[in-house]
Amino acid sequence: MTDVGYVIAGWGIAAVVLAGYSVRLVLRIRQAERDDAPRNVKP
Amino acid sequence: MERDELLAPIVRRIVGVLTIVSLVALVLFGLWGAPTDEVQGDAQRVMYLHVPSAWLAYLAFFITASASALFLWRRTRADVWDRVAGASAELGVMFTGLALVLGSIWGRPVWGFWWAWDARLVSTALLFFLFLGYCALRRIPSSDPVGAAKRNAIAALIAFVDVPIVHFSVEWWRTLHQKATVFNPQLNPEIHGVMALTLWIGTIAFTLLYVYLLDRRYRLAVLEHGRADVELAHAIAERTGVKAGVT
Repeated sequence: MTDVGYVIAGWGIAAVVLAGYSVRLVLRIRQAERDDAPRNVKP
Repeated sequence: MERDELLAPIVRRIVGVLTIVSLVALVLFGLWGAPTDEVQGDAQRVMYLHVPSAWLAYLAFFITASASALFLWRRTRADVWDRVAGASAELGVMFTGLALVLGSIWGRPVWGFWWAWDARLVSTALLFFLFLGYCALRRIPSSDPVGAAKRNAIAALIAFVDVPIVHFSVEWWRTLHQKATVFNPQLNPEIHGVMALTLWIGTIAFTLLYVYLLDRRYRLAVLEHGRADVELAHAIAERTGVKAGVT
């Protein structure tokens, strides 16, 4: 592999990990807020 | 002290915008602005991600240890510290994993191999597994939440002992890994000009990202805790036949 290949691999992996974690976190929060919403109403 | 979110909405928005701006600056400087290293060539550009990842691992675990100590101290004990500790540890594991993988990718063209049984690398891998274990420990259900949180806090403080070992490993032992470039014992940075600027941009960008994600991960922990309480109330109501009034 050339130097450019290592740079692409390194920056690519970092981008995928950070973006993947951030997006998954946001989706989990939205899901949890949706699940939580009906229960916040007192019967 | 109970908080649903760590940051005020306006502060979170500002941190989010600054994170994106600084990450874009990091890409521009890291891939184009910074000059090519004379010895290591373009492969050295991985350093602009590897070093900030390692720095964030230290910071995240420092926050975890501090929050754990605050939880253990009776006068400051509050759920917020337990949640901050857990949220920060998860981020720390991610950044430590990233530092290990990026270090391996940088090491292959520079050292000639992906991995070496070197004091810095081994102590960092140990740190990764220690806090991965801590995150697993937090997921064990318990009928005594305060007791479980105390147990987790003690585990975090024990795991944190490895952080100074990682940092000083390059001073204490003969290692293949280079000595500290910025935070060396002389506090005399050995990197200058645009390269140093790019490294600082990376460190600031990752720190801002950490602050943003810490706030979000904390929010998720609060929501999950609320859901667990509701599920417990419903389970009790089903068994006792008394309708639970959940707010």
